[in-house]
Amino acid sequence: MAEALAAFRICDFTGQLAGAGATKWLASFGAEVIRIEDPVRQGRWDILRGAPPFVDERRGINLGGAFNNHNAGKYGITLNLRTAKAKRILEQLIEVSDVVSENFAKGVMERWGFGYERLREIKPDIIYVSNCGFGHTGPYSDFKTWGPIVQAVSGLTFTSGLPDREPAGWGYSYMDHTGAYFMTMAILLALIHRQRTGEGQWVDMACTEVALTLHGPALLDWTVSGRPTRRDGQPHANRNQWPPMAPHGIYPCEGDDGWVAIACRNQDDWRRFAEVVGESWCAAPAYATLDSRLAVQDALDERVGAWTAGQGKFDVQELLQGAAVPVSVVMKPEERIDLDSATADFGLWPTVRHSEMGDVRVDGQPVHFSETDWRITRSGPCLGEHNEEVLTRLLGLGSEEVARLEEEGVL
Amino acid sequence: MTESREGAVGALHGVRVVELAREPIAWAGKLLADMGADVILVEPPGGEASRNYPPYLDDRPGEDRSLYWWHYHTSKRGVVIDLDDAGDRDRFRALVATTDVLLEAEPRRRLGALGLDYDDLRAVRPELIHVAVTPYGRHDAKSDLPFTDLTIMAASGPPWSCGYDDHALPPIRGPMQGYHTACHFAVLSALTALLHRGIAGRGQFVDVSMTAANNVTTEAASITWLVAQKTVQRQTGRHASVSPSRETQQLCADGRYANTGVPPRRPHEFAALDKWLKELGLDAELPEAVFLAMGANWEGPFDLAKIGRDDAVTAIFGAGRDALKLIASRVSAQEFFLGCQRIGLAVGVVNAPEEAFEDTHFKARGFQVPVAHDELRRTVVYPGAPYVLTASPWAISRRAPKLGEHDAEVFGAIDDH
Repeated sequence: MAEALAAFRICDFTGQLAGAGATKWLASFGAEVIRIEDPVRQGRWDILRGAPPFVDERRGINLGGAFNNHNAGKYGITLNLRTAKAKRILEQLIEVSDVVSENFAKGVMERWGFGYERLREIKPDIIYVSNCGFGHTGPYSDFKTWGPIVQAVSGLTFTSGLPDREPAGWGYSYMDHTGAYFMTMAILLALIHRQRTGEGQWVDMACTEVALTLHGPALLDWTVSGRPTRRDGQPHANRNQWPPMAPHGIYPCEGDDGWVAIACRNQDDWRRFAEVVGESWCAAPAYATLDSRLAVQDALDERVGAWTAGQGKFDVQELLQGAAVPVSVVMKPEERIDLDSATADFGLWPTVRHSEMGDVRVDGQPVHFSETDWRITRSGPCLGEHNEEVLTRLLGLGSEEVARLEEEGVL
Repeated sequence: MTESREGAVGALHGVRVVELAREPIAWAGKLLADMGADVILVEPPGGEASRNYPPYLDDRPGEDRSLYWWHYHTSKRGVVIDLDDAGDRDRFRALVATTDVLLEAEPRRRLGALGLDYDDLRAVRPELIHVAVTPYGRHDAKSDLPFTDLTIMAASGPPWSCGYDDHALPPIRGPMQGYHTACHFAVLSALTALLHRGIAGRGQFVDVSMTAANNVTTEAASITWLVAQKTVQRQTGRHASVSPSRETQQLCADGRYANTGVPPRRPHEFAALDKWLKELGLDAELPEAVFLAMGANWEGPFDLAKIGRDDAVTAIFGAGRDALKLIASRVSAQEFFLGCQRIGLAVGVVNAPEEAFEDTHFKARGFQVPVAHDELRRTVVYPGAPYVLTASPWAISRRAPKLGEHDAEVFGAIDDH
């Protein structure tokens, strides 16, 4: 099968999930993504290199499970940019690349002598995409972030919680994932623009701004109606405001930490739900209409929770699925990965062969293309794994020269 | 603000997208439309249900008063086509013949039954890119089950990782983000297929699964199971983890919270924290502050593995955390955020969305974008660009369409064609 992005080469300085997650998509559609790392610090700028989870008791710079996941299919080379020779090699790589991508703090690329103006001198139509927490301009552009900080500052932590409790926030870096998705969009959009006009550009992406676009109509409710989200009874993250639904929530079930999500979108859902529950309270006038149910939603949630609590979560799911009411077990990782055949049937967990870790499953892509589908077969690169392959093939260096550069500490 | 070149048009200028209006994909259409694509939103007679979702202008429901609709349909044009009517289906085929991307989230068998699925449509438009979004993909019968954003998220992982230390409280979902995540992959797919079509000249069909999209957006939860067969457990305001980790949310003097991020771990950070504590006159209240000075004068890098094993290292790191906690309890969350960032610590204030929106940083970057609503004789401020493409910029070209607002101009052009 043809590869959709095989025509493109990415000179990739990204790391962590917020950056590496972006170029993973490009690699899985056939782009040649060349990851550049610092040999002096053993690539440890990316804190996921050598960090858990691990496949076994072994530890080391090439054994980080998350790193492997986010970098599957990429090439990895090392360049010690403190040396003039490495800088020259980087210039030659940029000359034959379409995109330079990075998610450093502002100013790092300039300090190395590879700011956008310099990149453009090297390759006039280069696409340069920078992704940092607050962007490259504005009062906070020097501030540091990681996923949870982006989520906190942008309002996503606040809106994810229960009334009168501290924010629950996100139990993972949602904005590292989502920042990476938008970084990928930015790269693809800039490539489309160049395909049509021949023109490159710089894209300044601030992860906090991406996060600020994700509040739905809440910000218009603020600018138009002056209604803040910080108000009594809010946030109530498991309920639905737009449109309101009742019941709508996550309810306890039998067993260890067992939960089920139930949503009645309309009166028909409610009638079918009430028939399944079959208890006398369902017929009470207080629960007869959406408006009346919304007025007593706390009491309704208690009733629903009392009904679910005596049952297994998969039993509740089966009962309500049979009645065409929206429902889902709150799936544990092992349940959705190994027990729910839907994910495996979709091919969502491809296995890559890693030269040190062995065969490991990774996150695939949640889409399928009829003509140019994605493919993930290669692992994330070990440190400098492709120095020889990349530098001989792309820059015409000899194998002995690459070995000498490694000895000299250039690579 | 990072300036875009004057007169530049969006990267997708000249690309036509037909979006069959459905709630789960509205965000994907907006992302394409705000980048310059001519997104034609196709609604059934009477309009798509979310036209009438709250919140409302002046809190009064009514035609074109839904702020939900306003938000999700900027920069689009709107037409009415009844796909259940044979004559209208011909009109739809004629529209598709002028279209680059079809974006839809119809029930998985509906378009086939109407003779409007990919194989039918590519007969009228061979280069068509058809992006279909369903709960479990086009080949899985589970896609026929009813769903909402909540059940999609529960089925695919995020809530398992989100919530409180107290597991008697329910797991939490981040509102609306299940659909948003599916939309992000729909957009990535459309852009990737467009780039490929620009080279190879061919379109294709793309099958996007909403649950798969959320399944691969759980960070450690999936990876920890895939790699090590271990299960992460949710914790208040911080990463779900196999082993419990220290709390990172701190209540500040104004009743708001801050996320303390990674505590100080470098000598210059301990020095700056020591100085700040003294400036606030709080050093006398923290006897352990002496260890901050010890941390400031530490030779070489700290061995973080020694925390809990080496008395001096343990005391220094403990003093760092205690000092932050004390300062946070005496200043506002915003002051705490700014103070920490000024000494190089990646700390964040837990803002409500409107507090972030009004912050000087985002205002300075031009994130507040005025959009004209001429019929209301007012300008409404919208959230702005997720990315600044300097040569082919993001922009809101118009407010959301009224029902059938562009019937005449869109169908007129097709009839001429």
